[in-house]
Amino acid sequence: MSILTAAQAVLPMSDGAPAENVEPITATITAAQAGGAFPLMWLLFALPAVGAAVLLIVGRRSDRWGYLLACALPIGSFILACILLAQMMALPEADRQVTLELWNWTFAGSFDAAFALRLDPLSISFVMLITGVGSLIHIYSIGYMAEDPKRRLFFAYLNLFVAAMLLLVLADNYLLVYVGWEGVGLASYLLVGFWQYKDSAAVAAKKAFVMNRVGDVGLSLAIMLMFLTFGTVTFSDVFEAAPEASETTLTIIGLLLLLAAVGKSAQFPLQAWLLDAMEGPTPVSALIHAATMVTAGVYLVVRSNAIFDLSTTAISVVLAIGVITMTMGAWIACAQDEIKKSLAGSTMSQIGYMFLGAGLGPAGYVFAIFHLLMHGMFKADLFLSAGSVMHGNDDQKNMRLYGGLRVAMKVTMVAFFCGFLGISGLPPFDSWFSKDGIIDAALGVNVFAGLVALGVAGMTAFYMTRMLAMTFFGSPRWAEDQHPHESPPVMTVPMLILSIGALFGGLFFVYVAPIGEWLAPVTGYEESTPVIPEIPLKLTSLAIAIIGIALGWRKYATKDVPRVAPTNVTILTTAGRHELYGNAFNESLFMRPGQYLTRWLVWFDNRSLDGLVRGIATGIGDLGGKLRLWETGYARSYALSMLGGALLLGVVVATARWF
Amino acid sequence: MGILSLLILVPLIGSAVVAFVPASPTRSKQLALAFTVVTFVVAVVAYLQFSPGGEQFQLVESYQWIPALGVTFSLGVDGLGLVLVFLATLLTPLVILAGWNDVEDAQAQNGDSQSEGQVRGYFGLMLLLLAMTLTLFTALDVFLFYFLFEAVLIPVYFMIGRYGVGRRSYAAVKFLVFSLSGGLVMLAGLAVLWYVSAQITGEPTLYLPELIDIDIDPTVQTWIFWAFFIAFAIKAPLWPVTTWLPDAAGSSTPGTAILLIGVLDKLGSFGMLRFCLPLFPDAAESAAPVIIVLSLISIFYGGLIAIGQTDMKRMIGYISISHFGFIILGIFVFTSEGQVGSSFYMLGHGLSTALLFMVVGYMIARRKTSTIAEYHGLSTPTPLLAGMLLFAGLTALALPGMSTFISEFLVLLGSFTRVPWVGAVATLGIILAAVYILLFYQNTMTGKVTEKNKNLKDLNLRERVALAPLVVVVVVLGFYPAPVLNVLNPYVDDVMAQVGATDPPPTVPLATGVQP
Repeated sequence: MSILTAAQAVLPMSDGAPAENVEPITATITAAQAGGAFPLMWLLFALPAVGAAVLLIVGRRSDRWGYLLACALPIGSFILACILLAQMMALPEADRQVTLELWNWTFAGSFDAAFALRLDPLSISFVMLITGVGSLIHIYSIGYMAEDPKRRLFFAYLNLFVAAMLLLVLADNYLLVYVGWEGVGLASYLLVGFWQYKDSAAVAAKKAFVMNRVGDVGLSLAIMLMFLTFGTVTFSDVFEAAPEASETTLTIIGLLLLLAAVGKSAQFPLQAWLLDAMEGPTPVSALIHAATMVTAGVYLVVRSNAIFDLSTTAISVVLAIGVITMTMGAWIACAQDEIKKSLAGSTMSQIGYMFLGAGLGPAGYVFAIFHLLMHGMFKADLFLSAGSVMHGNDDQKNMRLYGGLRVAMKVTMVAFFCGFLGISGLPPFDSWFSKDGIIDAALGVNVFAGLVALGVAGMTAFYMTRMLAMTFFGSPRWAEDQHPHESPPVMTVPMLILSIGALFGGLFFVYVAPIGEWLAPVTGYEESTPVIPEIPLKLTSLAIAIIGIALGWRKYATKDVPRVAPTNVTILTTAGRHELYGNAFNESLFMRPGQYLTRWLVWFDNRSLDGLVRGIATGIGDLGGKLRLWETGYARSYALSMLGGALLLGVVVATARWF
Repeated sequence: MGILSLLILVPLIGSAVVAFVPASPTRSKQLALAFTVVTFVVAVVAYLQFSPGGEQFQLVESYQWIPALGVTFSLGVDGLGLVLVFLATLLTPLVILAGWNDVEDAQAQNGDSQSEGQVRGYFGLMLLLLAMTLTLFTALDVFLFYFLFEAVLIPVYFMIGRYGVGRRSYAAVKFLVFSLSGGLVMLAGLAVLWYVSAQITGEPTLYLPELIDIDIDPTVQTWIFWAFFIAFAIKAPLWPVTTWLPDAAGSSTPGTAILLIGVLDKLGSFGMLRFCLPLFPDAAESAAPVIIVLSLISIFYGGLIAIGQTDMKRMIGYISISHFGFIILGIFVFTSEGQVGSSFYMLGHGLSTALLFMVVGYMIARRKTSTIAEYHGLSTPTPLLAGMLLFAGLTALALPGMSTFISEFLVLLGSFTRVPWVGAVATLGIILAAVYILLFYQNTMTGKVTEKNKNLKDLNLRERVALAPLVVVVVVLGFYPAPVLNVLNPYVDDVMAQVGATDPPPTVPLATGVQP
């Protein structure tokens, strides 16, 4: 198989025929039936949950050992996940859906949502990503947060996050998903606002939570509509009954789920919180706002494929949102000067690709998840490297004040460069397989989306080159008293491990462990034929990436980068610097009207409503006037005599039998 | 003597002992604490004796009171009564512990001179209030309920007016006037009900289990329903009769506020479920649209105004108005999910309000002010206090994992299945909750600490011990609500049967046995 058709190897077509005969998983087996380690799958999220609880309850007394415990527990989950993965691979394909019901959870009337977990190829893929990348980031944080007096608290929150994220992907019904869904939102809130003494961090944390709540309304309503329609919110039952429902109902459910997904994944129009969330410590940005939590929206859509497959409207909106956000994110990433904000724009854009993939329906689900896993590795690598750069430069975030760091921070540069190779679409690294898989599939389903995706790939290569060049190449621009230094091994080793993933993850999942065959039984698969023939398409894609790199290199490595951002820039750059005015939009449309409404209501409540009630009282007995005369004692006696009268009546009645 | 009489007698005796035995303030507080702890133990025993799914009213005891009028002194609990008894008996000892210095703090805020008798009076009234509250939650005779419904105003009036802060006299009398007006309307309804029962059965009765079985003419039902409902709507305040609550909250000590808003105000929503629905089902059904709209208004009215508050205690008062909106909404959509949700919500709101007022009380104890703007950046000097305020706030915004989430979700679900647009509109309220809680947290706890707050001390052992049981209960019930749901589900089944309502069936039921 030539490398040019490598993306096709992802697909389940080992026999050479189009893979229309993907066996969907039909039977659900219980953990007890499956045996082995399956009955212990609850430990996956329980271990980090215990870690969070212990560190929070024991408090400062665990300062000395708490972070070690907090690192050990996700690693424990990772080891368990590996065992479970091995066992699942040993099961016959049609049996790879194991459920474990722990207890009766929320039940009222005919509503019943159990505390039940489900492990299938889709959820275990996420579990591996969360525990694997999560463990590495825990270890990295030992070094990154070494000087922070509240390091123990930081690790408690990290553990809380891992537990909630695992619950999100392991839940067997939508209500339990919701617990993980808002649980990760809470962890994100706590960690973005970790440095609470900074006003900007506190504001960013609140903003992220509130905007996510807007999305959560969607998830809430989707669950309610599912229950009203199907009488259940358990995955298998909903999916089985879905074909019976009207397309309108399914469209509404789909759009509500999408609203939730858009909020969590920072997609248009709920994207404005992500760049602010970069206020959090960098390991948080890497774990939560790049590798895992922000991709939960993609999980939700792909998990609910049975619903989206039946509504052309809903799935088209997923696609449209993917295309829009992919472009917006890349645009922002090109214009931002802070390294983390530029990476955050990139995250938006890459998740946009995943939404585009998911919006293609069965032709793209597999690629969406494939790209999600790849992104988890290379973006975590990039963020950790960026964190390492900040760590070695007195927390300087502005790339205009970096330059030439390749000399002082060799290992970090290597790790960042590996991430660069992973994202920019060069063969044979991660995105060459996963992102091009999405582009190929898109060109077969929706040519316009495919062409945009191809163009944004060029922007991706450009902004990544810009970041690479501004940080590590060109002439040094840092301040006199800044002494860039390499980070300790406890930070660089996790970076290097992720670098390996960024370089070879794609190859691994295509040739060694074909991810398509693994996921297709859950997500379904349909082949799509791109409108452009295979080889020209691959060459075009490569050419676009190289052009992007060349443009970026010419502008930011071969010329001097001004230390202050130039003001004589195009309107496009200005818009990108302002994050395409998302904040201005939200403020003028929601925040300010809300503030006016609140102020008016407070006034109304103090004057009108209270006055009205007093007025009515005046009408029936001049109570209002009496109220104002209270201090003189008239009203006191009046009210008390009323009470006395009422009680007297009671007493008379009560003692009546003695007369 | 049955267990319910014992449950009421313990705090009643305690009240007399605390109030009249001359003892040092500390000793009086210890006595009060001891009596409430014993009461809680009795309540736990009662819970264990209750068999979920059995008779609707259990642990029943009945004594002659006014035979001429057919009035009895009858006690008994159903699922909801049991849960609220648990709430009241759990909260009171914790309130005493948390509000150990409430009286002294209030005197400092008012600039009053210290007097030792004050402590005895305050805690004696608190025990009296508990005894009366427990009688109300267990009263099976409507007259007995009404009698205490009025009588309980006395301890509350003095707890606000005498031991409160700021414009306490004004707040106390406003509370009294509102409550009395409602009570008098209810009295009229009660008289009609008494008369009608005599007409229908030949002998007047106000014994609830008997009243449930009689059919009242729909027009008469409507009149009595509204008479009762107005009294209850003032108590669990429903827009527009809410304005007494923020004043009362603002002028109470934190302890009084918890017992008033967290526990006693549940009488309103409790009364709706216990009396309005089973006794006047037809009237309740035709009144539902109006009440649902008022509940929706309450949810947003309370939530939006809470955002604009400058006083912490008043803010919690407005948050409660919003939450009472959810509770009443869930009752009047006539679905099992909604009513189980509302019943559970009454418990959750009590716990959440207690947590909020306790932490706010700790802040006031340190700074002697309730003004939000006085506090800033407290997470630096008092990280544990900040953490507990956030936890309390998260229970109020119904974060999943907290018991409040389950109740709020069930209310919304129950509303949605009955009238989708109502459920959808009410769900938007969860965004407001995030705003008012997190904004409050941001303003008081985050940022650079201000000079006046720099040297505050973090929570001491007593303060932590008072919070801990609530934290545990909220989280345990969030993940394992079965102990409460097992009791509430059969209760709601009974109510639904008495009202004659059935849940809307799924539109696309699966043939393959998904149906329970």
